[in-house]
Parts: sequence; structure tokens; C-alpha cells
Amino acid sequence: MNIREMVEVLNGKILVQNHDPDEELPRGGAADLMSDVLAFGSEGMVLLTGLTNPQVVRTAEMAGINVIVFVRDKTPPPETLELARDSCISLIRTGYTMYEACGRLYQAGLPGRGPVRIENNSW
Amino acid sequence: MKTIHGDMSTQEITKVQELIYTTRVESVMASNVIAIDPSFTMSQVKDLMRDKRISGAPVVKENQVIGIVTISDVIRSMEEGKLNFLVTDLMTSDVRTVSKDAMVTDVVNNLGRQGFSRLPVVDQDGTLVGIVTTGTLIRSLLMQMDKSFQRNEAEKLYTYRASHIFQDISSDDTSLLLRYFVNEKDFDNAGKASSLIKRSLQRLMLLPQIVRRVGVAVYEAEMNLVIHTDIGGEITVEVRKDRVNVSTVDHGPGISDLKQVLQPGFSTAPEWIRDMGFGAGMGLANIRRVSDVMKLTSSPGQGTRLEIVFNFRNDSLATTRSPQKA
Repeated sequence: MNIREMVEVLNGKILVQNHDPDEELPRGGAADLMSDVLAFGSEGMVLLTGLTNPQVVRTAEMAGINVIVFVRDKTPPPETLELARDSCISLIRTGYTMYEACGRLYQAGLPGRGPVRIENNSW
Repeated sequence: MKTIHGDMSTQEITKVQELIYTTRVESVMASNVIAIDPSFTMSQVKDLMRDKRISGAPVVKENQVIGIVTISDVIRSMEEGKLNFLVTDLMTSDVRTVSKDAMVTDVVNNLGRQGFSRLPVVDQDGTLVGIVTTGTLIRSLLMQMDKSFQRNEAEKLYTYRASHIFQDISSDDTSLLLRYFVNEKDFDNAGKASSLIKRSLQRLMLLPQIVRRVGVAVYEAEMNLVIHTDIGGEITVEVRKDRVNVSTVDHGPGISDLKQVLQPGFSTAPEWIRDMGFGAGMGLANIRRVSDVMKLTSSPGQGTRLEIVFNFRNDSLATTRSPQKA
């Protein structure tokens, strides 16, 4: 699935575009907990989240994530948009809830990262 | 004198293989195909080949390839006095075509081993959309290699100034020290130091997996400084030949129970921090997971010191991808 197809599946709107719409997305993931993103995020993954503060962009940058999708039509504050422009991260907004946005993408063929097994994982 | 083959490094050969396996036929074909109508005589074919300077062409009826005629068919027709025969009488009708969506490997196999010198390219409906010959193939592969070569060179230039430090500076043990200051409760700039650290390590050409591990750890550590201290703190990153040492030091309130804070899920963060997606008590667990050594020292009123080590391990994970010292 490429970025253009994902935006179609999500009925989404591109807020900040830093990537070619034809760029392929290897997999997707969703979290509202930034430590989860750092722990389970993988290079190139698209991140679906309900958080819109600038830290989401920072977290994505550190985890090697290029594309972030905000669910429930949340509009991020200007600082988030600005940081995304500076950090070369693309931002997309969708009207679907987290559950439904994930479901639609998975159904359309965007895989996740499979079962997670992490040592020291006791939370 | 070296042969061209001798000059080609294994890496370049792999690059060609990669291109062959990942490039679609569509992007290596010539799309302005000269097709021959079945009503042509061999004499007309001969004139067309001479005028257009081609040595073969597909014969097409209602967009479908029904045969292929080459210069040797023309020669045969002249020898046998058949120049006024229809092209359909002398063409090869058993034509091997290739789909525009096929990979270039298909073309290479057919062109090389099967002895075909040109392959008509068709779409799903069998309509002729292009042609590949050894010439079009080599031209487009060379162009693609040239593009990726230029990209690599640009990357090298960009990183050179930073990565040469370990080779150009003489000492018994060189290390580079980067220092960053983090303000408490400054959420607008939280993560900025980590972002700068990540970019600096990339410019130093550390391996991507090392950069990623350091990035994750240093970001968690920076957020701890922002969230939990009342006078900020300092992050120091020491880049050495065989490892990266990170330490964060603050003069904040300190930690009374070190065992407790190391428990995944334990957190003292207030609700509003949690609303921002932090403070779930996973920070130190994350740091420990991505690092090789993590050491936390603190006592109430004395501040906190966190030391993290990332080893490059063996050569396959070594510091730089830049040219090694001779």
C-alpha cells in the first residue's frame, strides 16, 4: 500500500506532505503511548494516533517513522505542523476512530508487525 | 590493464542483480514501436527497415502481435525471390512476448539464453505496448545505476566532513563529546536535543541500527529530564571507535527507591503528562532494552545520573560505513 492508497482508504486529508504519494508503506501501527511507539515502532511504519502534540512528531522522528495519521478528525496545533515540516514527517487526518481506521487499513492489506515478544516486558 | 569486469566490485554486481529483480519491463522498454501491418509485402518490409534503421519488427493485427519479422527473413526472401510475398508468409509466427508488468529477469532469461534478440511487450489484453532489445535494456539499467551512483556520491560528500574525524585526528584513543542542555518543563523544545543527537550520529555515519537505539534511549532520558527535574539537566554523548556512551545528569529531586523506578509501569508522572502520551513508567525499561549497559545512580536531594552504553560489537556492526583506513 502506498501513501495515496492509504489516504483513499481512510478518506483522509494530507495536512503536511513531505513524502511522495507513491511511496510504499511497509506496515502500520497504532498507539497513544509514546513509549509504546518507541518500543514497538519500526522503520518506515505508519503511526495512527489520537495524540496531536508536537511530541508525537519527535517520537516518530526518533523511531524512524515518516507518516503519522491523526484519528477522529483531530486537528493538530500549529506547533505540531511546523515541527513536522522541519523534521520531514508527513501528517494525515482521518474522520475514522482509531479502531476503524486500523481495521480499514488492515483489511486493505497494510500489515502490522506480528506478535511482539520483548524481554523485560512485564507491563 | 584491468578489464571492465575486473573493476566491478561485488557490490556493483549485486546492484545490477537487484535492479534486474526489482525493475518492471515497462520501465526498460522502448514504447515507440514500429509495427508492421500484415498486408505488407517483404519488399515493403525491406524498405521500412532501411528507412527506420531497424533490424526487426513485430507484425501486428488489431493490436495483437501475430508474428515477428527480422532482417534475416528479408535476406531469405531476396535469396528465394519472394520479395513480393506477404510478410505473413515469411515471418516467425511463434512469437515470445513479455508482459509489461513482468520483472526484467524474464527479459534477461529470454533474450540471453533463448537466443531472441527482441521481445514485444504486451499489456493484460495482449495489446502491443512496447519492445525490449538488449540495447533498450542496457541503456535503461545504466541510467538507473547512474542515478543511484550520483545519490550515493552526494550522501558521501555530505557525511565526509563529519565522519573523517576518527581517521584524520591522531591519538591513542579519539572520542567525540557532544553536550546538550535540557530545560525543565519546556515541552515546546522537549526532544530537540535527541533530534540533534540523532542527526549528528547519522552525519558521523554510525550504523542505522545504532543510531536508532541511541535515539530511542536518549529521547526517553530527555523526557525524564523535562518531566521530573526542577532545574533541567545535561545530556552528554561520547562517540568512540567501538561504542557510544550517553550520560544524563540532573540536580533534580533525586530518587528515593531505585528498585521501584526500574519496575516497568511504575510512574510518578502527573496526569497531564500522561495525557501527552508519556509517564507510563516504560521509559527506563525501554532504555534498558535498547542499550547494552544501563546504570542509574541517585539519592534524594542529590540529583540523578543515568549512564547508558551502546557497543558496536563486532566488525559487522562497526562504527562507520565510510572508507576504512588503508
